[in-house]
Amino acid sequence: MHTGRLYALVAVNGFRRHATYRIATAAGVFTNSVFGVILTYTYLALWHERPHLGGYDQAQALTFVWLGQGMHMVVAAMGGGFEDELIERIRTGDIAIDLYRPADLQGWWLAADAGRAAFHLLGRAVVPMAVGALLFDLALPADPLRWLAFLTAVALGVAVSFAIRYLVALSAFWLLDGAGVAQVAWFTGLFFSGMLLPLNVFPGALGEVARALPWSALLQVPADVLLGRHTGRDLLATYAFQAAWAAALLAAGRLVQSVATRRVVVQGG
Amino acid sequence: MADHTRPSDHAYLSDHTRPTDPARPADHAGDRAPAPGAPAPRAPAVSGAPAVSGASAADDAFICLEGVEKVFDVRRRTGLLRREKHQVRAVDTLSFTVRRGEVVGYIGPNGAGKSTTIKMLTGILTPSGGRLRVAGIDPARERARLARRIGVVFGQRTTLWWDLPLVDSYRLIRRMYRIPDDTYRANLDRCVELLELADLLDVPVRQLSLGQRMRGDIAAALLHDPDVLYLDEPTIGLDVVSKARVRRFLRDLNTRRGTTVLLTTHDLTDIEQLCHRVMVIDHGRLMYDGPLAGLHESGASERTLVVDLEREMPPIDTGGAARVVRTEGPRQWLAFPAGRSAAPLVARIAADYPLVDLSVREPDIEAVIAEMYAGRPTARPAS
Repeated sequence: MHTGRLYALVAVNGFRRHATYRIATAAGVFTNSVFGVILTYTYLALWHERPHLGGYDQAQALTFVWLGQGMHMVVAAMGGGFEDELIERIRTGDIAIDLYRPADLQGWWLAADAGRAAFHLLGRAVVPMAVGALLFDLALPADPLRWLAFLTAVALGVAVSFAIRYLVALSAFWLLDGAGVAQVAWFTGLFFSGMLLPLNVFPGALGEVARALPWSALLQVPADVLLGRHTGRDLLATYAFQAAWAAALLAAGRLVQSVATRRVVVQGG
Repeated sequence: MADHTRPSDHAYLSDHTRPTDPARPADHAGDRAPAPGAPAPRAPAVSGAPAVSGASAADDAFICLEGVEKVFDVRRRTGLLRREKHQVRAVDTLSFTVRRGEVVGYIGPNGAGKSTTIKMLTGILTPSGGRLRVAGIDPARERARLARRIGVVFGQRTTLWWDLPLVDSYRLIRRMYRIPDDTYRANLDRCVELLELADLLDVPVRQLSLGQRMRGDIAAALLHDPDVLYLDEPTIGLDVVSKARVRRFLRDLNTRRGTTVLLTTHDLTDIEQLCHRVMVIDHGRLMYDGPLAGLHESGASERTLVVDLEREMPPIDTGGAARVVRTEGPRQWLAFPAGRSAAPLVARIAADYPLVDLSVREPDIEAVIAEMYAGRPTARPAS
């Protein structure tokens, strides 16, 4: 109970921290909108040549584009969440402060990242989506239950994303500079989340593998939920897929955390 | 707690062991009561120092280290692919105890093992060997339980949240340590008053000055009523006024609440104004454990008299009372034993030379320690 209140407060603070930077948020919204327009015309050209590519019609494909721009920061597909800060704390030794506190390191950062994601959902997702819907013909559902199902998938996607980035950040305990690993993770995230192209577009083994990897839980899965491609029992199976990755990766993070804090030197005097 | 032999407060633990009761210069004899095991601190330095509460009557070792070691494996590249593994002993068979309510200065050169010791005391590093207890708790095993009983301030790091107003950090800490509402209120009010934080509570931490942030950090470490406070360089980088404020607060904290304080610092004034007892560590070993005055003696440290004459002159002849260690135009630096009064020396110079101005500089800790190791006084004008 008490613990829950602590992490709730951490999440609220995570939200407020990001809410402080209003100009950065506005600049981000602008960038996402511009990229959305560019990607829209690319997709239009592609779908003009190959209608129903990956099983999406043109409106669905454009919806995918704008969802990608909107969710980009929410699920931190290419980083931009807590991990830069955690890597920096490990590198400078400030991690010592986090470690002597009577709070769980992973739980703490998960709560903070959840708060950040909530802010980015409001601050960075809604406006680009609205811009996209205003400029182009999107396939957005009218059913509020569909939106609720979508938000659930987004929440699970944030958990998976957090778990991946937590592992990336902890690598700094051994590598001291986590930037290299972070970069590899961002590129992987960019491609395998479906941010470049929907994963359904890719044929054969590559497509199968891409859809089975955890990154598909970040954008591909929530987008398909919103587009109504997972309903009923299939929807539950989709959630289970996301939840299983979240649980497995969070458990891996715990394991690495316990090894790291037991064996590794805390930097600096 | 543990019934292990505690080194007498006067023991010199280094190789430069001297007789326990060295003959002292006559003019210094009145400074200290020579009773072994119960040293009276040097009178002027700690006159305002804590009257330790009843807890000290019982010899309960609140912090207790027995033969504690910390060995790090370090890999070094020796060739294109070859790496040599060797071990660094950051802390080497370290033993000491700190009683409840004591204020102890923990000093030593950079890399001596101070921070490693503090990290082991907080439980974030596990000792490689030996036994370590704080309040009867093994820190490495029960870090979270111990955390509720200790407060830590790292001068060069902050426990506060950078982007948030100060008071938000305190709210988080209140939840983290599960501080009861009335305790939280009372402690916050007290810290706000004594550390003058009232105008800062709503300011984001990133906008605070170093001194303001440090006061904020000290308050943050005390909201949960810790029994012991570890302070790692709490006055580093602060101006004189801020330093004085921090010291006054710490003295008051120890006097009124009996909080045990372990303080690492490079500032000798911190030690003089706050600590009854000093521990010197180097290369992971305890080199000295006793009162500050004894430290000056053990290293035969020197104070420096800076003399401004009317004009440039040959080195001042003091008849052996001091050595001229540096001259620069009309200014001369004279070193004399720290335990001796400066008055006769000044009188002599004033009588024989055209004196314009003078000042006395206390030795800094590095100098004291360096001299302690060297085993003899070295020329080291403070400038």
